[in-house]
Amino acid sequence: MRLDQPLAASEGPVDPNARTSPPVLEIRDLRVVRGGRQVLGIQQFAVDAHETVAVVGPNGAGKSTLLLALSLLIGQQEGRLLLHGEVVTPRLALHLRRQIGLVLAAPMLLDTTVRQNVAAGLRFRGIRGQQVSTRVDHWLDRLGILSLRDRHARELSSGEAQRVSLARAFVLEPEVLLLDEPFSSVDAAARSQLIDDTERLLRETSRACVVVTHDLDEASRLGTRMAVIIDGQLRQDDDPQTVLSAPYDEDVAAFVGVQTRLLGRIESVQDGLAAIEVDGCRIEALSTLAPGRQVMCCLRPEDVTLRVSGQAGPATSARNRLTGSIVKIVVKGPFVQVTVACGPIIVADVTRASATEMGLREGQLVEATFKATAVHLIGLQQ
Amino acid sequence: MDDLLQITLLSLAVSGVATSISLLIGLPLGTVLALSVFRSRGVVLSVVNTGMALPPVVAGLAIALLLWRSGPLGDLNLIYTPTAIIVAEVVIATPVILGLSAAGIGQLDPRLQVQLQGLGASRYQTVWWLWREARLSLLAALMAGFGSVISEVGAAMMVGGNISGQTRVLTTAIVLDVGRGDFGTAIELAGILLALAFIVNGVLTWAQQSGRRG
Repeated sequence: MRLDQPLAASEGPVDPNARTSPPVLEIRDLRVVRGGRQVLGIQQFAVDAHETVAVVGPNGAGKSTLLLALSLLIGQQEGRLLLHGEVVTPRLALHLRRQIGLVLAAPMLLDTTVRQNVAAGLRFRGIRGQQVSTRVDHWLDRLGILSLRDRHARELSSGEAQRVSLARAFVLEPEVLLLDEPFSSVDAAARSQLIDDTERLLRETSRACVVVTHDLDEASRLGTRMAVIIDGQLRQDDDPQTVLSAPYDEDVAAFVGVQTRLLGRIESVQDGLAAIEVDGCRIEALSTLAPGRQVMCCLRPEDVTLRVSGQAGPATSARNRLTGSIVKIVVKGPFVQVTVACGPIIVADVTRASATEMGLREGQLVEATFKATAVHLIGLQQ
Repeated sequence: MDDLLQITLLSLAVSGVATSISLLIGLPLGTVLALSVFRSRGVVLSVVNTGMALPPVVAGLAIALLLWRSGPLGDLNLIYTPTAIIVAEVVIATPVILGLSAAGIGQLDPRLQVQLQGLGASRYQTVWWLWREARLSLLAALMAGFGSVISEVGAAMMVGGNISGQTRVLTTAIVLDVGRGDFGTAIELAGILLALAFIVNGVLTWAQQSGRRG
């Protein structure tokens, strides 16, 4: 483990965004190498007090590795870790770990009772006696599992076990909670309620938290910020709405569910409204980019409205109307995802009820409508 | 009768002390072996596994050569003493306890160690809880270690000399009685040896099964 390396002089201070106080936990110039290959390289990542950062990304992107690096639990990590602005050297690793509460994807409960499991972290910190019982019972109650306190950990359902695992971290009242896919081992029935309860507890305790997930719904619900890691790199770190509506690059766009990604060229810009040529069609979008620039037009499926061609519809302010035929219809839960070949391929989400009422079918001619403000442009290298 | 009691108690004491020393050596080393990643780990594991199959007479011969009056440790005057038997039995039992401990701890989910550390456990607290989680395997290792020395005869004979009232243990006494044709006494001693092994392993098994129930 190599930590506490000074920043290169040329790089200067990291993120001087006028913070009045240092982040609770921050990592700089993180580099994790396995088998001669860099699996994670992040210049700066931080979590402030009272915020929940949802770290998202595809499987194998390095999300969990980041979480372990924040706990100084990876042998082969380079970089600088700071707790409240103070550098944490490897010698202080135990001190750091006693300021955090780590929850892994699998509950990893100890072979003892629920109460003993939740008390374990407190005992590690030398807390004894009545204080342990009081705090354990308090957090078991807040997680709705007080009645399970004398049960053996091996007798619990997946949902109950993960609640114990969460109680075991919350009871420590740590500076930072680090949650690694905390709902992935829980069955669907218990999952939604557990997410609700975790969201509530994070809000009530105002505790700094980093939660790793590959589920965008979970990330949007829990995160006040969303960090996207792809191929071991932090590609975007913004509020969730910005990440979803204005992804930084194509990989992020693809990950956050932007299904329509069209290559085009800006033909003209007038009053901030750009006209983009895409596969022989013209798309309008808000842009600050100059004419002639190659761009990728990103459009979320829920921002596209469909109307059967030839049928009258309500007047709309949408700037973009493209006509094409339906090439694919896929049912996705309460939605139907419709792919329309308008020249460019446009993907739209419509409710199942609308799809039924409109009688949508493959081969049918439809008009896809979307606002210029719904199109996010990513400028490409010339 | 006094002889019988003395032989039985000596057997129990020698095997108990040897097993305890082997546990003190084998458990920490087994833990290190299970939790560490180093280049020659495979070689070390092979050596330990070979040690688990070490014939007691070979261990006895090695210790006898060391402790023999003209040997490197001859000045200690330990040959033909209970201490010599204990030393030989430690050599026999340590690889057994070490190897089985390493295997037991190695079978634990590696994420358990991460989780313990992530909850703020120090190195020693982590190891203590890993031992606790692997306690069934560790008790099995202890039983195997005790079993390997309580039933051992070759090394005890070689370095203890089977001296009446001094280094005669149950196994060497049985060999002597069979050699004399005194099968009655030999059978009696064998019964005691079996009972002793049964009681000790019974207690350890009870502890192990209690652990399983939690």
